[in-house]
Amino acid sequence: MTSDTVIKAENLDLTFQTNDGPVHALKDVSLDIKKGDFVSFIGPSGCGKTTFLRCMADLETPTGGKITVNGVTPHEARRSRAYGYVFQHAGLYPWRTIGRNVRLPLEIMGYPKAEQDERIKRVLELVDLAGFEKKFPWQLSGGMQQRASIARALAFDADILLMDEPFGALDEIVRDHLNEQLLKLWAKTQKTICFVTHSIPEAVYLSTKIVVMSPRPGRISDVIDCPLPAERPLDIRDTQEFLDVAHRVREGLRAGHSYD
Amino acid sequence: MTRTLFPVLTVLFGILVIWFLAVAPMNIRVTLDQAARAGGDVVPAEAVERREASTLSLLLNNRSHIAGGYDLDRPRLPTPTQVGQELWKTTGAMVLKGRTWSKRSLIYHGWITLQSTFWGFLLGTSVGILGAVLVVKSRVLEMSLVPWAIISQAVPIVALAPMIIVLSSQIGIEGRGFPKALIASYLCFFPVMVGMIKGLRAPNAEQLDLLKTYSASGQQQFLKLRVPASLPYLFTSLKIGIAAALVGAIVGELPTGAISGLGARILIGDQFGTPLAIWAALFAAAILAGVLVTLIDRIQHVLLNKMGMRT
Repeated sequence: MTSDTVIKAENLDLTFQTNDGPVHALKDVSLDIKKGDFVSFIGPSGCGKTTFLRCMADLETPTGGKITVNGVTPHEARRSRAYGYVFQHAGLYPWRTIGRNVRLPLEIMGYPKAEQDERIKRVLELVDLAGFEKKFPWQLSGGMQQRASIARALAFDADILLMDEPFGALDEIVRDHLNEQLLKLWAKTQKTICFVTHSIPEAVYLSTKIVVMSPRPGRISDVIDCPLPAERPLDIRDTQEFLDVAHRVREGLRAGHSYD
Repeated sequence: MTRTLFPVLTVLFGILVIWFLAVAPMNIRVTLDQAARAGGDVVPAEAVERREASTLSLLLNNRSHIAGGYDLDRPRLPTPTQVGQELWKTTGAMVLKGRTWSKRSLIYHGWITLQSTFWGFLLGTSVGILGAVLVVKSRVLEMSLVPWAIISQAVPIVALAPMIIVLSSQIGIEGRGFPKALIASYLCFFPVMVGMIKGLRAPNAEQLDLLKTYSASGQQQFLKLRVPASLPYLFTSLKIGIAAALVGAIVGELPTGAISGLGARILIGDQFGTPLAIWAALFAAAILAGVLVTLIDRIQHVLLNKMGMRT
């Protein structure tokens, strides 16, 4: 393993035993993710993209193969708080203000009070929510809530950010805006980001590497390096280069997904 | 508040109208018996024949006597006005006369019942919350405790109450305060326990996963997620719990020959054939329950609003 590999999966299998027999959520999945990569996982429902992410986070336990995060097992990585996880729903605690929601991981990890305050201020500025510290979640729009949940994941020093369809429930306009902000955030923080989505434009726009997955059994059908420049204005999506990558992703999805 | 006031008053008005109309058929027999004894003109004149006659025919044949049914000393069914007057006589009027704590005052009896209710509520709530915490913490305890909690509620409290009183006097506890509180808590703990189990389990898988990604301890998960998430459930069950505790306290006064408390008033009213006293005590209990539930509702409103949870 080279020193800049952050996540390494080798022949990963995960089979759920259900009443209707075994379900192969992941089969023979191998992937290397390098430090600073922005990797998107795309595929139809049931292709195992979320399950793969949850394996990295030690929220699911693989039934076969090997996976390491920062060179150690996902369990050890989770114990050492190696990653921040952003869920599909913002999942802010309704009884906590935005500031106190961001404080939650810091409280749990036992940061000193002064440092908590300083970090909350910094990450809320990072996601453009300065001044909303004292608001309750219901006073914010869906997009702002999701930004707050990203701030919560950034508040502590984890080099890896795992995001499970964080913008899936938002409308296209808000999603565009958040994608743009996420790229800026990524450039600023130099984190390694794994991002689950089912939107092709979103995957192409954000990623340095696109992992196309297909279902039954859940597996990787293609890994596409995205050659777009690091600086990506929103209208890059109208360039031929962008459309070419999107086309390849679409082909990959079609190849891996038979409808018969 | 004003939004709920109109429907509530409409229902209240409807109940009063039905009640008022029901007084005539409910009281006609008593009225006619009294009128006949006083030498009045009653159809049919013989008591035996009247017993055979239908209520409707009695009403139709004795229209002039119907009004008498609204002014009996010991009616089968008193009118709302009679109950209101009795209630005032035993509460407000007593206060004006400076006899608030007289043995005839419902304020005195209400206070006795309220004390048992309060201690029973405190005990029942504590037991309920503790039970819920244990059940949520341990699968084994869930399987062993929950069936007993359910069975406990299937035992009729009126059957259990006398035994609790006999046993508590047997082990040397003087007075009725303790056994009454115990009976009240017996009814109160169950809704609190059920509500809290539901509340402590309210957090969804995603919220629990989030804490797992922080590698939070079980205690942190409990204090920072489960407890705050359970508060709306807690208040809902507290409202049911305090009403149940009041019922328990009253039931605790019934079979014991107690002479003070709203339950005792109901029992004595029954034994001495003074229906007005029973009805007044009944309404005093209902009003007390209403006040207690409203009180908890207000606390809930203020507290949850402060916590940012809109109610």
